Amino acid sequence: MSRQTQKNVESKNKVSCDLFTLTYGSLVAQLIKDYDTTEDVNKQLDRMGYNIGLRLVEDFLAKTNSSRCHDMKETADKIQSAFKMYLGISPSVANWSAANDEFSLLIDSNPLTEYVELPDHMSQLKYSNILPGVIRGALEMVQIEVQVWFVQDCLKGDSTTELRIKFIRKLEDALPAGED
Amino acid sequence: VCTTGHTTCLIKTYDNVELLAQNSDNDSKELCVSRLEHIGYNTGYRFVEKATKEWQRFKDELDVMKFICKEFWSTVFKKQIDNLRTNHMGIYVLLDNRFRFITQMSNSKQYVDQMPKYLAFTCGLIRGALSNLGLNSIVTAEIVLPPSCRFQIQIQRQQ
Repeated sequence: MSRQTQKNVESKNKVSCDLFTLTYGSLVAQLIKDYDTTEDVNKQLDRMGYNIGLRLVEDFLAKTNSSRCHDMKETADKIQSAFKMYLGISPSVANWSAANDEFSLLIDSNPLTEYVELPDHMSQLKYSNILPGVIRGALEMVQIEVQVWFVQDCLKGDSTTELRIKFIRKLEDALPAGED
Repeated sequence: VCTTGHTTCLIKTYDNVELLAQNSDNDSKELCVSRLEHIGYNTGYRFVEKATKEWQRFKDELDVMKFICKEFWSTVFKKQIDNLRTNHMGIYVLLDNRFRFITQMSNSKQYVDQMPKYLAFTCGLIRGALSNLGLNSIVTAEIVLPPSCRFQIQIQRQQ
């Protein structure tokens, strides 16, 4: 029996993407089963993302040796590189507000939604709602409070997926005593 | 397209699923484990369909098991199963000396008690994969000595 081992080595990474996508899909499906309203599912996904973000940022800092960000432009760059690191995609940063405190991440191909179609009765579901949570959680751990939400979503028929990130304030009080 | 980042992400996601399953509605530990198993089953069932797309039909049950131990395990955990044993009567024992999900955990008793929850998803993953390949099974797992794990697969044959 000739097994296609070469091909397997090549497609190894790709398959791992599949596993990731499918695991996330099963997770969302399970949440839909467990919670009564779509609103609750959205909230749970956001909460899970938030918890992931709280811990993921540590991993990011350890791996990249990043230094402190001085403005939101730098923060946007870091977020962009984190997307590259963890999801293998490079969203583009765009649509800066006049005050430079608000920007969009445009995601061309969202790995979370690769095999997904939303049925009509699920139109309120924010399928990828884990992402805003992750960003919010991660930034909170580096003393930046932000608001993150979806402006557009390919799953809902928009031409692109747009994630809006708005700076709220710097969390001064969160610094542990004795540190500058 | 993707990197080891995915694995990190996956493990973190998994951590979180575990937390969530535990927190929601004061559910019993059993329910939380069965939920994790179910998520694993759904994932395994769909995943193996894509993973075996370009493969020839498997010769027999043992051939399927070898696939699970080698290719399937490699794509999921980036390593193969270290030891496969069978009684040739439908029971297979898979030994993984460094089970990925728990390599980062401390060996102290406090955490060893928590570890079975980290196996439930994988049990489901195996059961789902086998189910799509035409084998009904019961999959259980136990920690031998962290991070080493033993998975036991019992094939349910039709009477």
